[in-house]
Amino acid sequence: MAENSGITAETLEQTIRSKLEATYVSVIDNSGGCGQIFEAVIVSPQFEGKTSLAKSRLVNTTLKEEIAQIHAWSNKTYTPAQWEKVKEKEAGEA
Amino acid sequence: MSLFTRSLLRASTRPTFYPTKPTTTRLLPSILARYLSDSTRAAIDNAIATSPVVLFMKGTPEFPQCGFSRASIQVLGLQGVDPQKFTAFNVLEDDELRQGIKEYSSWPTIPQLYVNKEFVGGCDILMSMHSSGELSELFEKAGVLAPGDEAEASTSTSESAEKKDSTKTE
Repeated sequence: MAENSGITAETLEQTIRSKLEATYVSVIDNSGGCGQIFEAVIVSPQFEGKTSLAKSRLVNTTLKEEIAQIHAWSNKTYTPAQWEKVKEKEAGEA
Repeated sequence: MSLFTRSLLRASTRPTFYPTKPTTTRLLPSILARYLSDSTRAAIDNAIATSPVVLFMKGTPEFPQCGFSRASIQVLGLQGVDPQKFTAFNVLEDDELRQGIKEYSSWPTIPQLYVNKEFVGGCDILMSMHSSGELSELFEKAGVLAPGDEAEASTSTSESAEKKDSTKTE
């Protein structure tokens, strides 16, 4: 498990952008370099009309091979409209 | 919160997955190990029917061995899920379950929550449903919350026991 997975935040981000038509992607590597623990925020119009479960399923299916190789995968998924609200809220709190 | 968690935990240690026969699964390359056999599928069918609320996790509710599993247990405690209606399965005790549940749910990570045999999601989804209020709605509809009065009574009596237990290790 501690071996290097060969997966990086950059490769994940590229895959997410191209396959999910994501308008915003943030992938954070929390593994300290071994490529095992990633946390992502994904905004895509493909999420429109989907439940949280359906959105995550779409991401998980798209990244099936990558996720199988890493230890921990966490993702937050938003439609562009939901993402605007999140940003507004954050701006309000800041 | 810890009090709720505690009463949630106590009941959750009761079942084990199922008596496992030695299998060759763990010796196979990971791609083959992800194939879900009929017997594993049947065992998981049984597991998710054990209680209205079933969590597949790493470690036990008392000693979660992963932050995501710990967070999920805490959310179930905060929500006031009735311990009598909850069962946790430790996937670290059973490699067949650990791999099988991912395939069964088409979900790549653990923990995984089932309510009335339906897959709800993993930790991220629980967290977002917890903050949006969807989770309490779901639990209420499913009728899995501890009755208010009893929950309070059990927390006050478990307080002293909790202090004694705090140094216990497995």
